[in-house]
Amino acid sequence: MANLTSINNFVICVGTVNGSGSQSANNILLKSLFRMGIPVGGKNVFPSNIAGLPTWFWIRASEQGYLARRKQADVMVAMNPQTLSEDQKTVKPGGYFIFNSDIGVINPETKRSDVHYLGVPFKKLVDQATDQVKIKKMLINIIYVGVLANLLRLDKETVLSCLKDQFGHKDSVMTPNLKGFEIGYNWVDENNTEIESAFKTAFPFQAEKRNRDKKYVMMDGNTAAALGAIFGGCSFVSWYPITPSSSLVENYIKYADNLRTTETGQKKYGVVQAEDELAAMGMILGAGWTGARAMTATSGPGVSLMSEAAGFSYYAEIPCVVWNVQRVGPSTGMPTRTAQGDILSTVYLSHGDTKHPLLLPANIKECFDFAQHAFDLAERLQQLVFVMSDLDLGMNSWVEEAWTYPTKPYDRGKVLSEADLEKITTYMRYAETDGDAIAPRTLPGTKKMNAAYFTRGSGHNAKGLYTEDSAEYKEVIDRLARKWQTAKKFIPVPVIDDQKNDVGIIAYGTTDMPMHEAREILNSKGIKTDYLRLRAVPFTDDVKTFIQNHKVIYVIEQNRDGQMAQLLTTEYPELSAKLVSVRQYDGNPVTAENIFEPLLKHAVQNKIVEVLL
Amino acid sequence: MTANSIGLTKKDYSGAVSTLCTGCGHDLISNHVISACYQAGIHPFQLAKMSGIGCSSKIPAYFMSKSFSFNSMHGRMAPITTGAKVCNADLTMLGISGDGDTASIGLGGFVHLIRRNLPVCYLVANNGVYGLTKGQFSATADKGAKLKSGAVNPFETIDLCTLALDIGCTFVARSFSGDAKQLVPLIQAALKHKGTALIDVFSPCITFNNHDGSTKSYNYVKSHDVVLQELGFYAPQEEVLVDYQEGSKELITLPDGSKILLNKIDSRLHNVHDRLEAAKVLTEARHKGEVLTGLFYINEEESNLIENLNLTEKPLAYLNEQELRPSEAQFDWVMNLFS
Repeated sequence: MANLTSINNFVICVGTVNGSGSQSANNILLKSLFRMGIPVGGKNVFPSNIAGLPTWFWIRASEQGYLARRKQADVMVAMNPQTLSEDQKTVKPGGYFIFNSDIGVINPETKRSDVHYLGVPFKKLVDQATDQVKIKKMLINIIYVGVLANLLRLDKETVLSCLKDQFGHKDSVMTPNLKGFEIGYNWVDENNTEIESAFKTAFPFQAEKRNRDKKYVMMDGNTAAALGAIFGGCSFVSWYPITPSSSLVENYIKYADNLRTTETGQKKYGVVQAEDELAAMGMILGAGWTGARAMTATSGPGVSLMSEAAGFSYYAEIPCVVWNVQRVGPSTGMPTRTAQGDILSTVYLSHGDTKHPLLLPANIKECFDFAQHAFDLAERLQQLVFVMSDLDLGMNSWVEEAWTYPTKPYDRGKVLSEADLEKITTYMRYAETDGDAIAPRTLPGTKKMNAAYFTRGSGHNAKGLYTEDSAEYKEVIDRLARKWQTAKKFIPVPVIDDQKNDVGIIAYGTTDMPMHEAREILNSKGIKTDYLRLRAVPFTDDVKTFIQNHKVIYVIEQNRDGQMAQLLTTEYPELSAKLVSVRQYDGNPVTAENIFEPLLKHAVQNKIVEVLL
Repeated sequence: MTANSIGLTKKDYSGAVSTLCTGCGHDLISNHVISACYQAGIHPFQLAKMSGIGCSSKIPAYFMSKSFSFNSMHGRMAPITTGAKVCNADLTMLGISGDGDTASIGLGGFVHLIRRNLPVCYLVANNGVYGLTKGQFSATADKGAKLKSGAVNPFETIDLCTLALDIGCTFVARSFSGDAKQLVPLIQAALKHKGTALIDVFSPCITFNNHDGSTKSYNYVKSHDVVLQELGFYAPQEEVLVDYQEGSKELITLPDGSKILLNKIDSRLHNVHDRLEAAKVLTEARHKGEVLTGLFYINEEESNLIENLNLTEKPLAYLNEQELRPSEAQFDWVMNLFS
């Protein structure tokens, strides 16, 4: 079991009990690696529960920037007696199992011969750190941070700065945590011989400081989206709390309070916590109608409740933005697990002929950008725009290059001013004027006798008057269909890497995270791939071209039914024979294996590889 | 035609021709709203007409066509009005809903709007039946009331006024669509009220609920109506030329300086600022089978949602890019927090 030293390339998993305060400890580990300049990502695998159930935190450091989930960990830190035997299976052959030796003994029957075991007497150590019984449970966490920091050779100064960020606001919190950290750290030094004999060789995983030439940020997608909404001019938010979207609005509130409060303390934003999602959606309709940039954030069950209002928005042409931070469905599903399962239900949300543009962010920069762009799009198209995030993007920590200050002017769409109305005798709210299927709107409060119109979800003509006349009904509804074409000029185009290979991959959102790694592996096995990452629905012409130019297209996504593949099939029926749907829908973020294994299998079975070779 | 205080004639307040049944109580409400706004000098630009779905929610089409109108979804008038008002607090909100729209499908929105004390005149055209779907009971039908078919309502009624009082509504009134003298000043005061003003208007359904055995028919309401006060509304600039006797008359000043004068006819409600007394008087009257009308409760002290949100003077809806996008220095501050 000889190990070569592996610098800045390792996967750590920490198994704890939720509600035990391990989150802060894990953040310190993650942040320390981040601040050392190492590409790193963190994923929290947690139950839909407040306290007492198992939870795991995964950290992956990778010099190549492969930060997606990996199925097995190099180092497992097992702190939870409930999962002590299960957690052993998580370790990669040759890996390390560091466990709390006070929570149980390793059953010889489950003990693996290909794993190094190290018991740490956490109870004894925490007793040294404090005699306050109340905080012992919390403090144990910081002790494993100390142990890992020493084993991994983390830069101690950096760890201490992160510790200070986390606990420094209060001496009474900082002091015991600092002590706990030191106890864990020193335990490694004091037990060097024992550790070496347990590990047989020196611990191979080491962190080494790297100098970044650019500034980087570590953030979750919900925070990035909240900031994007603030910089993008969102002035009204209504919401009903739901996992995994709640932190998006909570961060909006937190940062808007700082960034959008006048010197005299007045707010340039309004947030109303609604009684349910029906109301949250209703409020943003009312807000969008008045001309404000209005948003809500929700997840699958909330989106279902918003269905009727989504149709209203579509038909009455009211701009607003909804973030769907997707979780596993159907129904309540697995609220704390990730998925891309709402594509079809969201794009066609509501009864009648209804469809909504979707934006598909794949990283935190796109959360920030699309949060802004969604408002431009909504106001330009006078439409409800959905941004399809997911739990993995929204709630996990991503490290990316820092963004630049946004300077692109807002697109407030076609709004007639009092001066504009002066030149018009009869204003018709739903009449097209410029050949782009978009009818100029007026805002309530406009002081002109011809400004007002009647907003309704019932059948209406170009003037906005009630109608049951077939021709008048069709005039409006056909214009809405043409607006779908206009949308293609304003949505973000796909990101395409096309080297004229035979095999193409189409994916979107967080499925992108392991794509680089998966394609490298496929490449090493002789399959060269091209890649198109969708960033919006409707599809632009380059999607069609990409499919046309490849012999086979693997559409990879995180749902059971291959929803995006279905949407592509509907859009391009003549090309559907080229599409092969690859699906990962177990609630976990996608790994590189989830992509290359089925792809390879299909390619071999269908002799696509032979063609290539 | 005579012009009102802001130089507009009554024609400027007209709406489309009504498509409701001839004799519908709701058409009277349209007329009363026109009178109220015309007399109080409320400009059509300033008013937003909000509604849900149902016969009641069609009413906004039949008055003030120069005002913006939002005929929304069934039961969703309350949240839509909330979003609109928060984003443009300069608008005077007039919500017109029905008993199905408010007491059944929209009950959640109704109570939460009241809890937030959103400034809106929330008028319920209450007839105890679903008209557009041809005469099913609504949740405000009295227990024991009969449908045209003879079917008897076995369920307890939802009394919107006592419910509103219980959850802190700051203006609670009931009226009858046939009583212009009472309803016009009530609408005027409600439009000027600081927070949520509920006016529960019994407005008989001529087609499906005007028979014997109905407790929402013209005859029933008229014969059981107990009017609490005579009401008068005075715009801020108007002088109040009435003998003001302590005890029988009360003059209440509204936030913009306009006033509502209450001249007590029935003495059972002593204090329109006492929520508990109002609830008690209303409940007792209901048990006696009386239809009590008038202003039951008013509170101009309680802060409203707009105040609680502490918004800028300029409506959120009108804030421009310069006002909305934080500075580059603020952006750098944020980036540093995460690096």
